[in-house]
Amino acid sequence: MNLVYFALIRENIGKSSQSIDLPEGVTTTGELIDHLSTLGDNYNAAFAQSDLIRIAVNQEYVGLDHPVTDRDEVAIFPPMTGG
Amino acid sequence: MRISAQAEDFDISAEIELLKENRTDLGAIATFTGLVRDIHGDKQIKKMTLEHFPGMAEQELGKIGFEASARWPLEDLTIIHRYGELLPGDNIVLVITTSHHREAAFEAAQFIMDYLKTNAPFWKKEETTEGDHWVAAKTDDDDKKDRWK
Repeated sequence: MNLVYFALIRENIGKSSQSIDLPEGVTTTGELIDHLSTLGDNYNAAFAQSDLIRIAVNQEYVGLDHPVTDRDEVAIFPPMTGG
Repeated sequence: MRISAQAEDFDISAEIELLKENRTDLGAIATFTGLVRDIHGDKQIKKMTLEHFPGMAEQELGKIGFEASARWPLEDLTIIHRYGELLPGDNIVLVITTSHHREAAFEAAQFIMDYLKTNAPFWKKEETTEGDHWVAAKTDDDDKKDRWK
């Protein structure tokens, strides 16, 4: 699975993208966030405040219960502040 | 409909001319330009960096444009949003709506800005005299969007 990060979440994790193998039992965006949070303090810090996380699967906004597979691109970022 | 996420500046007059080209039926053109301010609260802003999600940014701006076209009798519209490093006074965003009458042009431009604030994947980082920080999303921006429901 391809992961991409933006803004503060990208800075906290320390990379803008990465490829991971989806572990067994991780089938939704929420479970993916929980899994990533175990990868290190930087990930844990990036995802500490769930209300400050937005997710897009294959460039469509989704919630925390959206299904994910190894073929998806999942983007994780803070609430948008454009305009 | 013209949608662009771009690093370079835009020329407002040239963008208006593009929408007027070869037609005399338009009764109204509304434009909104968003600029980088030099002050945020009590902090002096030296520079602003806009990050965006390439591909999805254009896609979301397009969705907002289509939604505006579905709700108001617009003839055409333009949405341009810049990314990269910007200085106080620089242009950030341009919305132009054209219609036969002013109400549709005004309202649709405001609708587009309200949706863009919360739905387009752009993020602002400010460099101030007291350090750098990512701009926090405002809950009243959500309220402004919700009034169009």
